[in-house]
Amino acid sequence: MLLKTLAVPSSDTFRSNRSAHLAVLETVREAALSAAAGGGAKALERHVSRGKMPPRERVANLLDPGSAFLEIGATAAHDMYGGDAPCAGVIAGIGRVNGCDVMVVANDATVKGGTYYPMTVKKHLRAQEIAEECHLPCIYLVDSGGANLPNQDEVFPDRDHFGRIFYNQARMSAKGIAQIAVVMGSCTAGGAYVPAMSDVTIIVKNQGTIFLAGPPLVKAATGEVVSAEELGGGDVHTRLSGVADYLAEDDAHALALARRAVGNLNRTLPQSVQWQSPEAPLYDPEEILGIVPADLRTPYDIREVIARVVDGSRFDEFKPRFGETLVTGFAHLEGCPVGIVANNGVIFSEAAQKGAHFIELCSMRNIPLVFLQNVTGFMVGRKYENEGIARHGAKMVTAVATTNVPKITMLVGGSFGAGNYGMSGRAYSPRFLWTWPNSRISVMGGEQAAGVLATVRREGLERAGSTWSAEDEAEFKRPTIEMFERQSHPLYASARLWDDGLIDPRKTRDVLALSLRASLNAPIQPTRFGIFRM
Amino acid sequence: MFQKILIANRGEIACRVIDTARKLGVRTVAVYSDADRGSRHVALADEAAHIGGSAPRDSYLRGDAIIAAALETGAQAIHPGYGFLSENPDFVDAVTQAGMVFIGPSAEAIRKMGLKDAAKALMEEAGVPVVPGYHGSNQDPAHLAEAAGQIGYPVLIKAVAGGGGKGMRLVDKPADFTDALASAQGEALTAFGNPAVLIERYIQQPRHIEVQVFGDGIRAVHLFERDCSLQRRHQKVIEEAPAPGMTEEMRAAMGAAAVRAAETIGYSGAGTIEFIVDGSECLRPDGFWFMEMNTRLQVEHPVTEAITGVDLVEWQLRVASGEPLPARQEDLSISGHAFEARLYAEDVPAGFLPATGTLAHLHFPGGARIESGVRPGDTISPWYDPMIAKVVTHGATRAIALRALEAALCDTEVAGSVTNLDFLIALTRHKGFGQGEVDTGLIARDLGALTEAAEPDPATRALAVLGLAGLADPLVRGGITLWQPLRRTIAWEGGEAVLEVLGPGAARVTLAGVAHEIAYEGGRWWVDGKPRRARIVSHAAGTSVFGGRSLTLLPLDPLARGGEEVGGGLTLSPMPGLVKAVFVAPGQEVAAGDRLAILEAMKMEHSLTAARDGRVAEVLAQPGDQVEAGAALIRLEEDADA
Repeated sequence: MLLKTLAVPSSDTFRSNRSAHLAVLETVREAALSAAAGGGAKALERHVSRGKMPPRERVANLLDPGSAFLEIGATAAHDMYGGDAPCAGVIAGIGRVNGCDVMVVANDATVKGGTYYPMTVKKHLRAQEIAEECHLPCIYLVDSGGANLPNQDEVFPDRDHFGRIFYNQARMSAKGIAQIAVVMGSCTAGGAYVPAMSDVTIIVKNQGTIFLAGPPLVKAATGEVVSAEELGGGDVHTRLSGVADYLAEDDAHALALARRAVGNLNRTLPQSVQWQSPEAPLYDPEEILGIVPADLRTPYDIREVIARVVDGSRFDEFKPRFGETLVTGFAHLEGCPVGIVANNGVIFSEAAQKGAHFIELCSMRNIPLVFLQNVTGFMVGRKYENEGIARHGAKMVTAVATTNVPKITMLVGGSFGAGNYGMSGRAYSPRFLWTWPNSRISVMGGEQAAGVLATVRREGLERAGSTWSAEDEAEFKRPTIEMFERQSHPLYASARLWDDGLIDPRKTRDVLALSLRASLNAPIQPTRFGIFRM
Repeated sequence: MFQKILIANRGEIACRVIDTARKLGVRTVAVYSDADRGSRHVALADEAAHIGGSAPRDSYLRGDAIIAAALETGAQAIHPGYGFLSENPDFVDAVTQAGMVFIGPSAEAIRKMGLKDAAKALMEEAGVPVVPGYHGSNQDPAHLAEAAGQIGYPVLIKAVAGGGGKGMRLVDKPADFTDALASAQGEALTAFGNPAVLIERYIQQPRHIEVQVFGDGIRAVHLFERDCSLQRRHQKVIEEAPAPGMTEEMRAAMGAAAVRAAETIGYSGAGTIEFIVDGSECLRPDGFWFMEMNTRLQVEHPVTEAITGVDLVEWQLRVASGEPLPARQEDLSISGHAFEARLYAEDVPAGFLPATGTLAHLHFPGGARIESGVRPGDTISPWYDPMIAKVVTHGATRAIALRALEAALCDTEVAGSVTNLDFLIALTRHKGFGQGEVDTGLIARDLGALTEAAEPDPATRALAVLGLAGLADPLVRGGITLWQPLRRTIAWEGGEAVLEVLGPGAARVTLAGVAHEIAYEGGRWWVDGKPRRARIVSHAAGTSVFGGRSLTLLPLDPLARGGEEVGGGLTLSPMPGLVKAVFVAPGQEVAAGDRLAILEAMKMEHSLTAARDGRVAEVLAQPGDQVEAGAALIRLEEDADA
């Protein structure tokens, strides 16, 4: 069915929505560009003066000309560590090499020598997780001094810390997901295991070094005086030690060798879905900015967004007359069949049951799921609790948790409470989770949270026989509201990698399509659902 | 009509003959040398016979092999094309003796026209005007002065043994004759050891106008004239018909003289009478003189076909198979104007040196007749004439035909070899040529301007970069990034640029620090906001941009790096050429810089020297071998072998 639009681009509302979105977008864009600038002009100059390519150019020259680059965590560590680790000091994302989708993880040595902050570790691991789930060959452009020593307690000991990187490499290698390392700078201590654990390793002459302990540590330990090149340079590792396989003349040559290595992977893509020829939406995605209200609390019809995302604006809506606050239906996205689950208000029991039903359909048919999440939660109140909304909500959560079709989540508005679970929030391991800059995420709204705390307090005070003025109550609630406001901001969320990144809403279709394509590098496993509480 | 003919030629003319033969239902046999095994004419013919090695003397000049092939395949006649054996009377005799028909004139007619001086005398006898002159042995100054007076001033005194302008004097009036003669004789004596001179009428602005004739052995008709004045060192470059400024009166006079010439020798088939014409003033019926007769089909015959509607090859086949002349003189008329340009693989900046190469891309526009012996992917070999194609246009008027020629050349796309295309286009835009002011000195006079190698503009280069990156298909959706485009380097032989893909059909190419915005909209390319008439073509050799001054960028192999993979022990041929000499033998010790071999290419001898000290492991080429660029000639032993 062709979706119709009620948008009026010439209206005042449309215009004011648009300018509000543009303002928010600008903030995010600035954050992203400053993250992309890495350690800044001076550090970059020093980097380049050593004959090294700027980190982002390394990524660009590794990828096919014209390749997309679906960057992960583009504003990671934003405003963290006193601003010392822009982009978390590592560039990660999906692009194409010789026509093959790959995950690239590139250290940015202009950021504190490419050392690993906690968020660097988290981002590296997240990139590996995506690669493992999507069966994407990994290419590590290594240029890192290893763990960031002042933060060692948060990067070394735990399960999801530094060691997990090599564990992942070994596990992926075992699954036939190629691990390729290009050593373009330091690769010290634990970092030495990135190339050592790779299937194929390339090292740049007179520039890449791999050793468990650098010259200063060697001298301290044994008194031996040795240069970095003699200890673990490209010549040593390709001729004597065998830690690396190919010796490159410079960065450009190394990247060309890595491209050739990918060309020799002999990969074939599984044919999991019936692709159609892509078709642009009927309506301009640009209009999304005018349609979506600036204020999260203003309701709007999510079908207006769907109409600007799917092929030909065609949408086969499933169960349109039942549980209307959840919109479900089939569509194509850049030719790929998808099942869309989108919020159009608070989730009632019927909507939850419909959602579970629809997810079952898609799982049975191997159709990837796209969640457009804008949810204040499941409906609350006596009537709803009594009719068992928790039971119905559990059905939807069970379906989301146990389906094996790829899930892509786009956070287009609020993400509050258990709605987050039913709509495939981060904990439900969607293959990708992207966020619009206007969105907010928290366990509940700041007002509500402060209200809950205030009610508890008021009850306590009243039990003790005291009274509580409205002013005192407002004063009590303010810090909670402020904290929720700050912590639910998407830049705060994205900095902590609660999502895979913020995106321009106008690129929703592109980003979803790239996410789907990346996901479909892995075969879709059959689903076995858990027990649905009936 | 014959059932089957053999074409004793190659290239475009063999293809041309096959086309007409096929139209007439005549089966064709092609012949080919080693180098031509995969050539277009072989593919086109019904049958093909191998006749020997690549050098013309080993194949296309071997009459015996060709006749044997014809007999073996049951051909009834042999079409000689032009060049090779086409004007060899002994071959004609041999063909006739073997019981086949030679599609062309008799051996006798060829012999009569073969010796230039005898031919001139014969023509003079028949009343065909020849350049007035004195070629006698009496070198007495007074006698020579008298002869000059009879010839009519201005005259040219030329050394009999001369060449290169030495011993040549132009004399405008009788008073200057004696001094000029003495000086010419003195110079001739010094230069050639022989003071003898001849005297000829000086033709002020000589034009080369030739008349197409066709005879059946008794009668002959003419198919009007062609002007071939646009020449570079006697090589025709652009021909046209009719001749600019030709009057009906003069055309009638020249035609009648040409027919007389052909009938005098009982000419059969297609032939051309070349005249030199005084173009200094208007063309006058008494201002043309016989130069020579070409007793074959000419390269430029398509312009005559275009204006007369006659298929000359069809006429050749019909007359050779015994039919009378297919038309009477009064049936023939001129319709419109035609041009032919000869597209060659030539290195114009290097002085029009013949070039070779594999035509990675070759495309001709509609709206022109194209005669070509090569296809995309074919090789222009060093063995033969490096012609790629003849581009022929026809229009109601000279101006229309010339514009059509310009347009056709502008839309002609060649990659894989350098060509004279830009030079041809410059000629079509030459002001004097456009106005019909043609003479044989035009190209030499304006050579500088005509061969000016203008650099392709940055916009063209930017488009080529896009093509080299594989992004010239505007339908490719590429380059999606979240917040800023990726900056990628694109390198080619001789340069590099930074490419940023901005979205579907949009990119930024930074060349030498200057950014150029490229977009594809409304079915065309835009660079920096301006529409460009450009076609970006990627092919085996690289990427070319056509439309305007073409540009080809050759990709760099990013893996071809470092000293380890390319051993210094191999001596490679730097260009296609002939191995003249090899100075070393296996086992011989050589030092870096020692001369190993000599390669003759581009009319020069290149010494190939050892890149390092070592012992010769293998000699991979022998003197007399024709080698391609990059062929390994000599290998030195590796350290490990030693």
